[in-house]
Amino acid sequence: MATVEAGGTTTSVWGGGASPFAIPSKKLGMWLFIVSDAITFSGLLMAYSYLRVASNDWPLPFHFWPSIVVASVMTFCLLTSSVTMVMAVAAAKQGRIGSTVSWLLATMLGGLAFIVLHANEWRTLIGEGLRPFGNPWGSPLFGAVFFTCTGLHMLHVTIGVMVLGIIAAGFKKGRYPADYVEIAGLYWHFVDLVWMFIFPLIYLMSVPLEH
Amino acid sequence: MSGSQAHEHAGGGTRLYLGVWVALLGMTLVEVFLAYEHLPVNTMLVLLMGLSVIKAALIIAYFMHLRFERFNLFLVLVPMWILVTCLLFMFFPDSFRLQEFRFPR
Repeated sequence: MATVEAGGTTTSVWGGGASPFAIPSKKLGMWLFIVSDAITFSGLLMAYSYLRVASNDWPLPFHFWPSIVVASVMTFCLLTSSVTMVMAVAAAKQGRIGSTVSWLLATMLGGLAFIVLHANEWRTLIGEGLRPFGNPWGSPLFGAVFFTCTGLHMLHVTIGVMVLGIIAAGFKKGRYPADYVEIAGLYWHFVDLVWMFIFPLIYLMSVPLEH
Repeated sequence: MSGSQAHEHAGGGTRLYLGVWVALLGMTLVEVFLAYEHLPVNTMLVLLMGLSVIKAALIIAYFMHLRFERFNLFLVLVPMWILVTCLLFMFFPDSFRLQEFRFPR
């Protein structure tokens, strides 16, 4: 994507005075944060895989109803909130303030639905006896892995909802430029992306099959 | 970024985003379906992870707009990301050894 400011100031984009990636520095910062955060989640999922292979009594507590159905609905909430986020970014770039705020609120709603469903699932599992260091079904490591992976992800969603609220308020007042909406959007899509790995690895690989 | 405002969403568009959304939902449903097929665990893992990587690539390319950014941004971010993730799995075979060393129940 050739841009005016990159080509206009200097002959080489690496020669200084130009933005080699042709994106704002805050957006590059967000990308670098996302990659480092992705590696954090890779590490957690790697630890999960390691512990699971090394244990011979890994619990399979996720039945089709309610766990898998609810987790699928949660996936739907996150994916849909990603689309509304894309719409918010497009509206912000066109300067349509009211529309941007509405799409951002829809995105926050998707995130909130995810948090409520997830918290309810935690409550059910804790009620069945799941603890970070023990459970009635098998390897005590399951609780540590489950609460760490899904808990860190839920923390990301919670922070994301708060950030989107701040961005929506600031954009409405004209304090934040459209770039801020786009940068918050990058983070939101990343949260969605992480769930695309947690859902199959932690839920779908732990489905009890009747033989 | 004022210079690139005009063609910022040259590659985007509501129809494209909705298409990606439908594809992602479809692949999620296929994953849920696969979970209830009696497949060997390695086959299952390869299928589920393959689908997840495709989903991640769709999200990064279209929702996160990386496909419409400069190629050098992709080169700086993605190969390093994949390399570090692969390096994390370097000591994974050790988990098979632990399985052998367990006390019998």
